[in-house]
Amino acid sequence: MKSKNDALKINKIKKSKRFENLDVVIFLGPFLVVFFVFTILPVFISLFISLTNFNMLEFPDFVGLANYEKLFLNDDIFSLAMQNTLILAVITGPLSYIMCFAFAWLINEVPPKPRAFLTLLFYAPSLAGGFAYVWQIMFSGDSYGYINGFLMGLGIISDPILWLKDETWMFTVCVIIVLWQALGTTFLTFIAGLQTVDRSLYEAGAVDGIKNRWQELYFITLPSMRGQLLFGAVLNISGSFGIGPVITAIFGFPTNGYALHTIMHHLDDYGTVRFEMGYACAIATILFVISFAANKVFQFVLGRIGK
Amino acid sequence: MAKNKNVVVVDGVVQKQETVGIFRKRPKYDAEGREIHYKKKKLFKSRVNRSFGGDLFMFSFLLIGGLFMAIPLVFAISNSLKPLYELFLFPPTLFVKNPTVKNYTDLINIMSNSLVPMSKYIFNTVFITVVGTTLRVIFGTMASYPLSKRNFPGKKVIMQTVSLSLMFAAPAATIANYMTMSALGWIDTYWSLLVPAIGSSMAVYLVKNFVDGFPDAVLEAARIDGTGEFRLFFQIVMPNLKPAWMTLIVFAVQEYWNMGANIFIYREELKTLNYALSQVAAAGIARQGVAMAISVVMMIVPVITFVITQSNILETMATSGMKD
Repeated sequence: MKSKNDALKINKIKKSKRFENLDVVIFLGPFLVVFFVFTILPVFISLFISLTNFNMLEFPDFVGLANYEKLFLNDDIFSLAMQNTLILAVITGPLSYIMCFAFAWLINEVPPKPRAFLTLLFYAPSLAGGFAYVWQIMFSGDSYGYINGFLMGLGIISDPILWLKDETWMFTVCVIIVLWQALGTTFLTFIAGLQTVDRSLYEAGAVDGIKNRWQELYFITLPSMRGQLLFGAVLNISGSFGIGPVITAIFGFPTNGYALHTIMHHLDDYGTVRFEMGYACAIATILFVISFAANKVFQFVLGRIGK
Repeated sequence: MAKNKNVVVVDGVVQKQETVGIFRKRPKYDAEGREIHYKKKKLFKSRVNRSFGGDLFMFSFLLIGGLFMAIPLVFAISNSLKPLYELFLFPPTLFVKNPTVKNYTDLINIMSNSLVPMSKYIFNTVFITVVGTTLRVIFGTMASYPLSKRNFPGKKVIMQTVSLSLMFAAPAATIANYMTMSALGWIDTYWSLLVPAIGSSMAVYLVKNFVDGFPDAVLEAARIDGTGEFRLFFQIVMPNLKPAWMTLIVFAVQEYWNMGANIFIYREELKTLNYALSQVAAAGIARQGVAMAISVVMMIVPVITFVITQSNILETMATSGMKD
């Protein structure tokens, strides 16, 4: 039994609702458009272009899976890059993650004032952007290089080592530098997360028979900050597949003997130097898939901690 | 009792207040409106379940880690103060003996003699940092408000997409973005650097989680009083999000300030300070002292922003947890 009046009212409400949503559009719109174009769309563009041959000038022509075929079967440097990327990610990813947590946890045990200082000290390396040069001098290959000079002074080595050119050492040096800068956003997240763990849980735990700090860590702290652990992992995993600019800054491009050639370098090489966009997009797609899969695997593992 | 700032008396019981970062934490209240106080932790030993051996182990671990972090920093600062002859001593020394500021004055000389005046590089970097940071903070906070406090169709999907997008290695998008930028005609302009700042998923993710903690009752009350959504956001919500946007500022400043060579920018007069400085450093070992001075100078801005905002950052990151 709707009268005309009621219908009008409903219309009015609907109209006002539509208006209410108008400001949502204004608030959210700009972000959503840009986010979609530069973050979501690239995944699909990469996927689509990877099935074509495209040089930015002529219209892309469809070649099916030829790019992937070439990547996996005929590109030795790609398999080398893939290998380097995976090894680097498997080593620096978990190590940096553990470092972030371990240092955050230790810093959380000291009183607030030294804590603030220690936080700054440990976070400073990731604040420092242009430090590649400092590392180059430290690991410089002649006897003026500081590491060489130091080790020779101690008598550990007799001849200077070409840290940045010698394929047996490049990898180790790279891992050291990456770990030096590893305490970034994840580290801050963990420090903040540790400060929000409910203190009464610790007291209750002590009453319930928790004997030492390791048990406390495993049974109380870790489960209480599951959210932050997951967020940190997402950042670190995505980050550890994106190690590329650091390597270029310190070791140059291409690295000696392709010893530190990663997927990122291969991508830049084909995308921004040779302009073989189809091929570059195939590489990008693979990178997307790997980092996403690694994240999912970690989520699965984390889901089992403390349960 | 009044001498010690950290000590407070509640219900006749002496308790100590906890601090976060370098500032005192805001007081918290329990359900009946009484202030809650936490006991302050002492250096090691005070908490239960702490063994001396464990403390020792932890302390040495922190010490080693701290040294590892500090040595390159100390090395850079010390080398930037070394006179030329000290830079080429053998065996090399970590600490400077006769400090001089000559490297810094040399830096200023080199800067004023370069092809594109160094003031241009500085202007570019400051411009990118200020505009990029502002865009990211404003649009990031604006977008996260409705995602947290309003109901509209598609809200969940958007939020899931945002957290999903954090899982992709971002650099993989560069090639596709290069094509998009060139289709838009933005290659070699600042649009290519600044527009993506609006769509930062990280910003929206962090601020959204922070806004979730903002009491709905306040919003409801203001709406009943007839406050429009825009006034509500800019006058009531925004000031309360200070820790969140401070955090965004630090992360954004860090990113834009340190931005070096970029595939979207070719023209020399659009390049940034970090790039210019890497060129100075590329002159080789003879410019070592100057290059060290540069590295130190470049660090000052991000470090200062971080020190000022540290407690705000911790407050924001505490809410950054992800649901599985």
